Amino acid sequence: MTYVITEPCVDIKDKTCVGECPVDCIYEGDRMLYIHPDECIDCGACEVVCPTTAIFSEYDLDDEEGKRSMARAQELFAEVGSPLGAKRFGLLPHDHPEVTALPRNPDADA
Amino acid sequence: MAGTSTELKVAVVGAGPAGLYVADALVFQDGRPVRVDVFDRLPTPFGLLRYGVAPDHLKMKSLARALQRTLDDDRVRFFGNVTIGTDVTVDELRAGYHAVAYTFGASTDRQLDIPGEDLAGSASATSFVTWYSGHPDVPADLFDLSGVSTAVVVGVGNVAIDVSRILVKDVDELRKTDIPETVLDRLAHRGITDVHVLGRRGPVHAKFTAKELRELGELGGVDVVVDPAQLELGPEDLADLEHEPALARNIAIMKEWAERGLTGAPRRLHFHFWSRPVAVQGDTAMTGVRIEPTKLDETGRCVAAGEPYDLPAQLLLRSVGYRGIPVPGVPFDGESGTVPSDQGRVTRDGQPSPGEYVAGWIGRGPVGVLGTNRADAEGVVEVLLADAPGLLAREIPGPDPVDLLAERGVGVVDAAGWAAIDAAEVALGKSLSRPRSKIATREELLAAAEH
Repeated sequence: MTYVITEPCVDIKDKTCVGECPVDCIYEGDRMLYIHPDECIDCGACEVVCPTTAIFSEYDLDDEEGKRSMARAQELFAEVGSPLGAKRFGLLPHDHPEVTALPRNPDADA
Repeated sequence: MAGTSTELKVAVVGAGPAGLYVADALVFQDGRPVRVDVFDRLPTPFGLLRYGVAPDHLKMKSLARALQRTLDDDRVRFFGNVTIGTDVTVDELRAGYHAVAYTFGASTDRQLDIPGEDLAGSASATSFVTWYSGHPDVPADLFDLSGVSTAVVVGVGNVAIDVSRILVKDVDELRKTDIPETVLDRLAHRGITDVHVLGRRGPVHAKFTAKELRELGELGGVDVVVDPAQLELGPEDLADLEHEPALARNIAIMKEWAERGLTGAPRRLHFHFWSRPVAVQGDTAMTGVRIEPTKLDETGRCVAAGEPYDLPAQLLLRSVGYRGIPVPGVPFDGESGTVPSDQGRVTRDGQPSPGEYVAGWIGRGPVGVLGTNRADAEGVVEVLLADAPGLLAREIPGPDPVDLLAERGVGVVDAAGWAAIDAAEVALGKSLSRPRSKIATREELLAAAEH
């Protein structure tokens, strides 16, 4: 099981979740953050602190957008590998192409 | 030892997640040479990760991988089986290191302060947790579940959920964890049919988190029982839910249980909100709990709301919070159970004490989840590193506390000793057809460390 960050994160990137993660498995892309599905230890700390309610347990992803977000994280990290620590790794080289292609999040300018 | 140096020498008291996050933050920066010696009273590191996180939360346990990486850094040394305050004093530490960070956590429990609390059968959830975690200070026979058919758990935080789950979970599932063999035996022979979880206030006040709740609904052989009427919320609570998606999720999960209804499973987990225990009943051993319904009065205080009733039960586990234990020589605020501090710097008589820092539960109080300690530790280390020029200018006359430990014949367990214990637990598990089995006594741990 893992947790997944979904589209309400895009262009907001509050990053409170990053500080809460005990295993530092939340990586920063250009427009949003991504939880590493293999490094996530399912503690749920991130879900609780996200101000945009973008984070869900894999179990609770019931819509297409949620499932797509999970697939994007898997595809992105299939390329990046498992750095075991976002702080030491630094920024992701790019977002998932589907995220790059998303329109601007209207909530980011609200 | 005498004279100033450029290498910052830091002692960390407590090798749990908070202490190891402090060590990690210290070695992560490479602006300044640093050496970190991490001490722990127990022969093993990892604190509540090892003796607090439930054995069936295997993924949480994998945090050990990240913490081990910190211990493996060349600049970090581990000194297990060392009791600060006894084997070496706080003054001796402060004379041997530029800075000391206290991260010894909160290992005892808060009491209910009700009559009968000390009867046999009434205990703290923390002691139950240390028992099933194989803590070396806790004897294997501390809990005898043979006469228990009904248990009461007081509290609705994640620890209450953990102990409730372990009380009803299928033993074959628990066999896949590192739970000590002696505990597994007792759980295999238990006759528990009902566990009643009591929450003093309503479901929106409960501190458990969605993930833990979901897990309960998925236990094989267990029905989760909750009165749907207790999940109907008044207008104020509904207004709160709008801003608290986490709470809304909890309510939704519980409503699903209520809708599911009973399936006739052999064991039942009951949630009772607006219920508090007012007495534990019995002569020498407990026979039941007197429970009082509650409500909030106009000022928001929790008050009695009706006639109490008696629930026959043979085990009560109070899970109403952890509490810190003082270490001799370290300032301690008895009321809050914490080491007084200002921005991570320990204060003595209200003034920041040079070279002393605190992080984790013993500084903040026993609140928050594992990950909260990481941000806390990083903040404290930022302050410590900012103080570094002043710290390095201080004379640290010594003697080297590590030499003192050797002179005093203290049986230190170092990183290699811990690796030997680790390997021994895996080997023990293998002999029992399990992935791992915890070694649960201090003598056996120290013996394993020798190899």
